[in-house]
Amino acid sequence: MQKYSLFSLVRHARRHHEGWQRAWRDPAPKKAYDTVIVGGGGHGLATAYYLAKVHGVTDVAVVEKGWLGGGNTGRNTTIVRSNYLRDESSHLYEFSLKLWEGLSRELNFNVMFSPRGVLNLGHTLQDMRDIERRVNANRLNGIDGEVLDTAEVQKLVPAMNCSPDSRYPVLGASWQPRGGIARHDAVAWGYARAADAQGIDLLQNTEVTGIRMQNGKVSGVETSRGFIAARRVGCVAAGNSGVLAAMAGFRLPIESRPLQALVSEPLKPCLDTVVMSNAVHCYISQADKGDLVIGAGTDAYNGYGQRGSFPVIEHTLQAVCELFPAFSRVRMNRHWGGIVDICPDACPIIGGTPVAGLYFNCGWGTGGFKATPGSGYVFADTLANERPHPLAAPFSLKRFETGALVDEHGAAGVAH
Amino acid sequence: MLRIRCPYCQEARSEEEFSHAGEAHIPRPANPDASSDAQWGEYLHLRRNPRGPHREMWVHTAGCRRYFNVLRDTVNYEILATYAMGERPADEPEEGAL
Repeated sequence: MQKYSLFSLVRHARRHHEGWQRAWRDPAPKKAYDTVIVGGGGHGLATAYYLAKVHGVTDVAVVEKGWLGGGNTGRNTTIVRSNYLRDESSHLYEFSLKLWEGLSRELNFNVMFSPRGVLNLGHTLQDMRDIERRVNANRLNGIDGEVLDTAEVQKLVPAMNCSPDSRYPVLGASWQPRGGIARHDAVAWGYARAADAQGIDLLQNTEVTGIRMQNGKVSGVETSRGFIAARRVGCVAAGNSGVLAAMAGFRLPIESRPLQALVSEPLKPCLDTVVMSNAVHCYISQADKGDLVIGAGTDAYNGYGQRGSFPVIEHTLQAVCELFPAFSRVRMNRHWGGIVDICPDACPIIGGTPVAGLYFNCGWGTGGFKATPGSGYVFADTLANERPHPLAAPFSLKRFETGALVDEHGAAGVAH
Repeated sequence: MLRIRCPYCQEARSEEEFSHAGEAHIPRPANPDASSDAQWGEYLHLRRNPRGPHREMWVHTAGCRRYFNVLRDTVNYEILATYAMGERPADEPEEGAL
């Protein structure tokens, strides 16, 4: 791998930038691999990278039906934080946040992680009680967090309407200074480049059409470019996980729904932190190139269409205009939907399945982007050792049988 | 924007009048006390989540407030049929779905 540095930039500038190496190869599929990862998004690519880097497993292919990072990795609102309520989930997301902090150096690729702080607003007395509870839980778990009152929130975000006369007045917020945003595409590209450098084959435009099994054990995947044999298969396919599970003959406790987001035209700097509000439902930040990145909710019904319904967008923009009256005349540039895989307890499923050698990492729902490095790390560990990583153990598929759910949805009331 | 025909009101209305109520035709175990943890977990949590025609329940929240079934394609969102509770759709495009 050609190392990126100031010196290489200068060297290549003198040659008119014509000598740069391709960031990753475009190999033809081999007939067999030790491990096949299905899904070339951030989580899948991170899994492949850590398999090679930490566990020395390099006979790996990442099979992607489209292009790398073209699914939810390229469709989210890029928020990174770890202020979850439950011990199980906060440990996992905090582990991930720590990896984010050194990720650009680790991958020799600028993922533009910008810890600019995340505000979760409270609009009712009950919101504020929940925020106090969550911040206290976070601090006990070693995660940074503060409870702010209205004046402190207003000081951080002067553009926000914190007047007591608004329909849902801002009573305060939780504040996680170490949270922030990152460049979503760069995360996929950085992991892809680093995985490729370790000898991992990234197979784009290769759609999995079937999972072949023998005696209850996986033996490979049928793809649009022929059969690929594998000893282990790890599926990291977000919204399409249910389709893959059906190929292997079982069902998941997952429903796939479109989650929408939109960006505005670029503006001058006006918002230097991340603002999230559950009660009025919006989350908003300003990307480095100036556009406002706005996250909406999921559609209330299942869909694979990668586009969302208009009422959800309307609802979110109402909330944005209420919180930021100055944004009411901002024009929106683009809007899109990603298919998220929602579990009943809004927590992921990481680990083995009824089929031996077949592993799933899915169910991240509306909050997977922030978990990309941690998810890849623990899933790689789970695949390499064929047992759940300690951080992943509470998130087994078995919990839907035992009832040991990790109830993040209602308890933390997290907008992802 | 979906336009859903309520089989009771006999009128196609905007999706905003309706609420989605999950997958249809999931029978509750006749004797819950006798079902194993696996069976009960399956009833509570496991879903078909198909890519294509899907049978689901909707409720006409801002109308007659009654539940009914919808057969809808989850890829192009076309509504293939709506039918009252306890009924079967007139044409069943997929076999073995129920």
